[in-house]
Amino acid sequence: MKRFLIPLGVFIALLIFLAVGLTRDPSDVPSPLIGKPAPVFSLPRLDDPARQFSTAELKGRVWLLNVWASWCVSCREEHPLLVEFAKTSTVPIVGLDYKDGNEDGKAWLARLGNPYTLAVVDADGRVGIDYGVYGVPETYVIDKNGVIRLKHTGPITREALEKEIKPLLAELAR
Amino acid sequence: MKAWRFLLVLLAVGFSGLAPAKEAVPLAADEAVEKRLLAISEELRCLVCQNETLAASRADLAQDLRREIRQMIHEGKNDKEIIDFMVARYGDFVLYRPPLKPATWLLWGGPFVLLGGGLWALIAFLRRQKLQAAPPLSAADHARARALLEATDPTDTP
Repeated sequence: MKRFLIPLGVFIALLIFLAVGLTRDPSDVPSPLIGKPAPVFSLPRLDDPARQFSTAELKGRVWLLNVWASWCVSCREEHPLLVEFAKTSTVPIVGLDYKDGNEDGKAWLARLGNPYTLAVVDADGRVGIDYGVYGVPETYVIDKNGVIRLKHTGPITREALEKEIKPLLAELAR
Repeated sequence: MKAWRFLLVLLAVGFSGLAPAKEAVPLAADEAVEKRLLAISEELRCLVCQNETLAASRADLAQDLRREIRQMIHEGKNDKEIIDFMVARYGDFVLYRPPLKPATWLLWGGPFVLLGGGLWALIAFLRRQKLQAAPPLSAADHARARALLEATDPTDTP
């Protein structure tokens, strides 16, 4: 009987490893940028390309950066939640329109509602690369010191909003 | 009739020249830069289609990142600076050869631990078999064996 204990133990350990592996999302790659200063950028605004928005304008404030695009299907999924959140949000939400045409982005917001305090256009995707964007939508929480505190890859779920983003914003607002 | 055939040939020649002309466009001018780009991007993972290298992927992001790498090569950055640029943004996950550090000890050492465990189990198994194969005979066993041998009729054996 005893000789079966070791293989059984190995098998159970393997089972645990595989079970844990199944619950994890392989597309959710931990970002090395958490705890690091958010990359600085200056980009043309979606509503008025002649005007630029620079991250320096939000220095000393907690803000949210949401990366989206009119061609992005999952963005549509998270959009109603973002619109709802924007109504009560006390922090500015900056929308980074990633690799998108100006007109497409504007039409998209006009049709589905605009949750953004301000939207900017990252036409060639360079700012996206600086932020390590690899799957739109992505959301970043940036604190008063301009440090990235949280990154959410993929559409924001209600659970992520209530359990991660809102508590963090409340903590950072203090 | 002859003029018509001539026109047909002319058309065929004309079209055959058109098709490849379009496909040749993305080839970059500098061959040395492209070679380095290929060497670097083969070491990097495409974040979108995770089991493809950055060199092989046709994903939008991969094309953008190859553009960035190409530009950095033109700027005279060395391979390490380019790799560091990628790791700073996407983490160790972009590297097909992750660095050896506490978080990756299990990753690098795991296979050897498993191999060692397997070898140990094999040796233990073989040793036990060897011990079982040659059990020492007691005096009583010897006596029984002798009695059996003597009792056997030699003409019986082939």
